[in-house]
Amino acid sequence: MFAQTKLNIHDRHVQSLVRTLFMLMTALLILPVLAILATLIVKGGSMISWDFLFSDPTDGMTAGGIFPALLGTIWLVAVALMVSVPLGIAAAIYLSEFAPDNWMTRIINLAIINLAGVPSIVHALFGVGAFVLFFGFGTSILAASLTLAIMTLPVVIVASRESLQAVPQAFREACWNMGATRWQTIMKVVLPNAISGILTGVILEVSRTTGETAPIMFTGAAFFLPFLPESVFDQTMALSLHLFVVSTQVPNVPEALPYGVALVLISMVLLMNSISIAFRMYLRGKKKW
Amino acid sequence: MNHIQNAATAHDEPVIQTRKLNLWYGDFQALYDINLNIRKGIITSLIGPSGCGKSTFLRSVNRINERLGYVRIEGSIDVMKQNVYAPEVELVQVRKQIGMVFQRPNPLPISIRDNVLFGHNLHNRDQKTSRSEQDDIMEAALRQVLLWDKVKDRLNHKGTSLSLEEQQKLCIARLIPVKPALLLMDEPCSALDPKGTEAVEELIWELRGDYSILIVTHNMAQARRASEECIFMLMGKVVEHTSTEQMFVTPKQQQTADYIEGRYG
Repeated sequence: MFAQTKLNIHDRHVQSLVRTLFMLMTALLILPVLAILATLIVKGGSMISWDFLFSDPTDGMTAGGIFPALLGTIWLVAVALMVSVPLGIAAAIYLSEFAPDNWMTRIINLAIINLAGVPSIVHALFGVGAFVLFFGFGTSILAASLTLAIMTLPVVIVASRESLQAVPQAFREACWNMGATRWQTIMKVVLPNAISGILTGVILEVSRTTGETAPIMFTGAAFFLPFLPESVFDQTMALSLHLFVVSTQVPNVPEALPYGVALVLISMVLLMNSISIAFRMYLRGKKKW
Repeated sequence: MNHIQNAATAHDEPVIQTRKLNLWYGDFQALYDINLNIRKGIITSLIGPSGCGKSTFLRSVNRINERLGYVRIEGSIDVMKQNVYAPEVELVQVRKQIGMVFQRPNPLPISIRDNVLFGHNLHNRDQKTSRSEQDDIMEAALRQVLLWDKVKDRLNHKGTSLSLEEQQKLCIARLIPVKPALLLMDEPCSALDPKGTEAVEELIWELRGDYSILIVTHNMAQARRASEECIFMLMGKVVEHTSTEQMFVTPKQQQTADYIEGRYG
């Protein structure tokens, strides 16, 4: 009665074939990541030293270190975050906790989705028009960071809104029914439980901002500067643009140099992603419901 | 309905009094001309088949139906002689004075101590309560719900880490410090196992006298065991409101008798 039929055997073969095929396809995804890392380490690993990270470029950028670019990237990311994080979280809280379901909210949501889809070079041109020229910030860290902020805003909003909405509705109901206002409910219950997801979104956004080149090259990042930036109104060098420059614009660059720059850039991104993942795992472990 | 038995006698003060209460969800009328006098200081249970409007009625007493947005109400609901639908009414005060217990226990993901003190701290922010006063308030509340001995050594554990039965008791305990005039319970035992049900029922019975309790239940045996008066609703109308004993032994209405004997529901 329970014996295997030919059809059963056939079905099982089909299934194992499909599973193996899909597993191979998944494995293919990991290959580029490994290949990139391996190439960078093999070709640029020898560049990495204390001196490389913390000294200025010399000899027309064909030798020396990357310190101004490294520092510039940190400036750009930090200022961009100071703008996009408060704005993004406020928008996410409004959309998740206050916004009524009407045409206005739907338009805002549509705008966020579309903003996320705008190519970064278009953001760059917008940044030039709006921040460099219209607001008169000139090509500066401020203009570049604001451009980055606008570009990454949708990521912060979507990630924050999703983690706010992952907080069970029952918690809100419990608060409301004890006479708490929406704002009290947000402060006491919703935000404390959503903060891990929000921070994860923020850190992921940081890693994305770190690598962006197009939005900053017209708005605030320079090929080479003989001084370090002192305020947000100065121009700055940046790692991503520096990589572009030493790879394509400067003659007689030793082969290892661009690989070294790329290795530093990708290490920054991976480091921040790892922190984000570790942090999320830590907070998930603590959460109970 | 013609022969509504009104159990409230002249000297008994009602805790809830409704006049010609009608309620619509969009075009669908869920409540028809509800006229009820629910007595103070006793447990009244609301029974009836699914969709008869008993939960709708319960939820219109503390005005949480309004959140749905498409609800329309006519008539009045007086709680302690004040119409909760009057324009000058402050919703926060309605929620404070009328405590609600839900089908699924919904403790907050904070410590047991903070759960019990949540409402108290929320509504008494303008005056300072010392730590020891807070401890006393919390202990009294947890004792009243028969939970103190079980949780006194782990007050800093999360409320969500307790068993369902304990969570439901905690949800009742957190209402006590704000001294509500009325407790509404929407099938408070239906997520619990038989042992938990028994324990929570026992607790509800203990609270009788100190609080007026209106409890919606699907469980006829529970209504019979754990209430003093009983309201039977059908298709959005009140069919019978009488003492629980009379409801289950000699119901006045044929429909009540049919429901109690399990002919529909």
